Amino acid sequence: MSHEAALHTHESHGHDDHGHHEHHDTFLTKYVFSQDHKMIAKQFLITGMVWAVLGGLMSVLFRLQLGYPDASFPWLESILGKWAKGGQITPEAYYALVTTHGTVLVFFVLTAGLSGTFANFLIPLQIGARDMASPFMNMLSYWFFFTASIVMLSSMFVETGPFSGGWTAYPPLSALGDASPGSKSGMDLWIISMALFVVSSLLGGLNYIATILNMRTKGMSMTRLPLTIWALFFTAVLGVLSFPVLLSGLILLIFDRNFGTSFYLSDIFVNGVGALSNEGGSAILFQHLFWFLGHPEVYIILLPAMGMVSEIMSVNSRKPIFGYMAMLGSLFSIAVLAFLVWAHHMFVTGLNPFLGSVFVLLTLLIAVPSAIKVFNWLTTLWRGNIRFTPGMLFAIGFVSLFISGGLTGIWLGNAALDIHLHDTYFVVAHFHIVMGVASMFGMFAGVYHWFPKMYGRYLNNSLGYIHFWVTMAGAYLIFWPMHYEGLAGMPRRYFDFSIWESFKQFAELNRFISTVAMIVFAVQILFLINFFYSIFKGRKVLDPNPWQSNTLEWTTPINPGHGNWPGEIPEVHRWPYDYGKDGVDFIPQTTPVGENESSH
Amino acid sequence: MSLYLSIAIIALIFVVIFQIAKASEYVSILKGEENSRKQNNKINGFLMFAFLVLGFIGVYVCNEYLFDKTLLAQPAASVQGEKLDQMLWITLAITGVVFIATQFLLFWFAYKYQEDENRKVFFFAHSTKLELIWTAIPAITLTVLVVFGLRNWFFFTGDAPKNAMVVEVTGKQFGWIFRYAGKDAVFGKKYYKNIDPATNSVGIIWDDKYAQDDILTEQTMYVVKGQPVKLIIGSRDVIHDVGLSHFRLKMDAVPGIPTTMWFTPLYTTKEMREKTGNPNFAYEISCDQMCGNGHYSMKGIVEVVEQDEYDLWMAKQKAQYLVAFPEKDPEAAKAAAIESAKTNTTTKDSTAKKATAKM
Repeated sequence: MSHEAALHTHESHGHDDHGHHEHHDTFLTKYVFSQDHKMIAKQFLITGMVWAVLGGLMSVLFRLQLGYPDASFPWLESILGKWAKGGQITPEAYYALVTTHGTVLVFFVLTAGLSGTFANFLIPLQIGARDMASPFMNMLSYWFFFTASIVMLSSMFVETGPFSGGWTAYPPLSALGDASPGSKSGMDLWIISMALFVVSSLLGGLNYIATILNMRTKGMSMTRLPLTIWALFFTAVLGVLSFPVLLSGLILLIFDRNFGTSFYLSDIFVNGVGALSNEGGSAILFQHLFWFLGHPEVYIILLPAMGMVSEIMSVNSRKPIFGYMAMLGSLFSIAVLAFLVWAHHMFVTGLNPFLGSVFVLLTLLIAVPSAIKVFNWLTTLWRGNIRFTPGMLFAIGFVSLFISGGLTGIWLGNAALDIHLHDTYFVVAHFHIVMGVASMFGMFAGVYHWFPKMYGRYLNNSLGYIHFWVTMAGAYLIFWPMHYEGLAGMPRRYFDFSIWESFKQFAELNRFISTVAMIVFAVQILFLINFFYSIFKGRKVLDPNPWQSNTLEWTTPINPGHGNWPGEIPEVHRWPYDYGKDGVDFIPQTTPVGENESSH
Repeated sequence: MSLYLSIAIIALIFVVIFQIAKASEYVSILKGEENSRKQNNKINGFLMFAFLVLGFIGVYVCNEYLFDKTLLAQPAASVQGEKLDQMLWITLAITGVVFIATQFLLFWFAYKYQEDENRKVFFFAHSTKLELIWTAIPAITLTVLVVFGLRNWFFFTGDAPKNAMVVEVTGKQFGWIFRYAGKDAVFGKKYYKNIDPATNSVGIIWDDKYAQDDILTEQTMYVVKGQPVKLIIGSRDVIHDVGLSHFRLKMDAVPGIPTTMWFTPLYTTKEMREKTGNPNFAYEISCDQMCGNGHYSMKGIVEVVEQDEYDLWMAKQKAQYLVAFPEKDPEAAKAAAIESAKTNTTTKDSTAKKATAKM
């Protein structure tokens, strides 16, 4: 089927010239129901950015509560109404904000916004294909995501509020409307939204896999693929294998919520309601199903960033990526191990200690391929000739954050230490640095690097530098001190610490963190201004290959039409990392290997 | 009003920054784009070095400010905690060395190898030897950490000593219930449908012969210094978590699936007040698993006391059976008899009805 689709795309667009094509597109088919992978990528990106702003704003609101628990902000009441009576966020609103922030950032921004954007944009361009294997399925993937977004958004406006039990949605809390108002209709909408999201991610993922396997141009063997593509390939495989498990878990949850089953429920007495009739279920079952997705999900978020960082680092160091095969091997082993470590989120659930010990071993094993990647990135910089484009800055920032957050993973992955640190701010610091901010940096790096290809214009560099340095410093200022809060045992998801003798010493620090968070958020607005302004008014790209890069996307016209290459798709003769080889600055993949050329 | 003002100010700052950034683009065209690009590259290269230095200073300063506020500044309050702290320091030392080395190399390389017209880059794409080195070294280091960690893990999760005192902990939205087995040292059976928040908060089956001397308390748990204590943990409604940060332990409370955890407290609450210099010090139990809107207020207390103090406290406790059925209490029955002689018998009827319902 994918082959047919390939033929179809080839026939309809292959020999069309750019102008001829615009003629046929209406506004609706070009910008809304587009089947052009580049437009779908932009749709994912901009929807993701909208969610990033909303999710970021939510974090600013709940940081306001954590930083200034006693202050009253009358304007909050005018925005949030009953959720901020007297200008103070209520616990209900606080938990709803925390939950939605987590859900939205993990799934909508760092999964759909990251993979959706760059898999769509880069796969056909970098492997030399006219479009995805199934452009129609690709379009559906976006619209399922869009629908999921709308449903999630609508859950904010139901009477009892959006879901407020944490993004992990553990039952029984998520199953019992009587246990928490957020678990009433808000939770139904949350589940529906997530189910739609799973469909979107499957449609996208299958498409990415099919495209990479079947539609590479002549000469583009698997080992000549840029690492970005490899990373996106493993990401898609992870998603396709793990998202269905989440869906099954959620379906059981729907049954427990609405049809009286007891998959997750047993021996429950709810205050004000009485004993429930459910017996024999296991609340822990859901956690297994959830984390069977949830942990690969971490790598679904991280791998695309790793791939793009490898690419951007090599291009801007003017040096080949060090250890291509080792990078590939480590990507592969991370992808395999990603499926074998989920229970490290469950060390304190009463897990069988022997089972726990197996998960300790497998979890810490991930540090090995991670270390290989870090050392390879460092060696790539070594004796290079580094150009600090904003994309390169964010790539370097990614590596720094990945080191910092990865090392605390060694603490948390060791079950004995996790007993103390589990569900404290140490965990918050760890996963925000290694997964949240690091992947966000990967995404920024990608946006700065490929913006010229997306829109035929440049982003403003000075704003890019400000954006990077403030965000970099801010990320550390926000999350580094949180390790100390965690070492004091300070728990996550607390609305207020003032009644706790053990944790109230951090009031001043919390205020500091909140203030920095607001500044960092403001700087992201600066990025948004830069982004949207530059789409229309940015400096025009005049050189089709502005970064002197080897990969195929830069062999297309500056503003490629649907079908990407006006003529034949170029043939590939070499790997993508011949930078500085035999004294030549760069040798594009399309250049045939010379007779006297040394092999790498 | 102040909101609009601050929005206006922020917007103004944005406009200024944006205009400057825009202007810098024109300036660069005037100066020659290649020149200004090189200049920017130098600035960013320098900033890489500055970030490295300031970053390490920042780590030091942060530690100066915050270390004393963490638990590492006080002695661990349990045998388990001491082992855990030791492991934490070793892990910190190992990851700390790696952190400093790799961050240094990253920013130093970025600074040192910034673009320079005269540098010829070193085409270095592969080295099996190097890959093997940095596969093997992390693998060996991690093996050490795993072995060390698992020894502790099996100690922490292993069986409690035979002489351990046993307390049953039940979480509910939003508080803690503790049950002591009483004189027979055996807990009576319980069934969740028997729960009555007023008199039988964990659903004890009163018919069970071991049940009638069980003691229930709320919010505060008493344990004895130096004696191992084993907690049998459960929940009445949603998942909670018994977080004992001073003892460096925690365990989820899951409805329907009991879990256990044991530890040996080393210092009484009083001793800990002296050691920390905080007269308000308390061994707080924090709920560490999101359990609803009152999650942040779900606090309990562990009172660690000497044996004699514990015995005194225990002597004052009344079996829950007698609380639930005051008429079965020989002492209370006497008082009730006097009482009922004075008033009519309706109250007695209602308590009797209640009692049959419980059965």
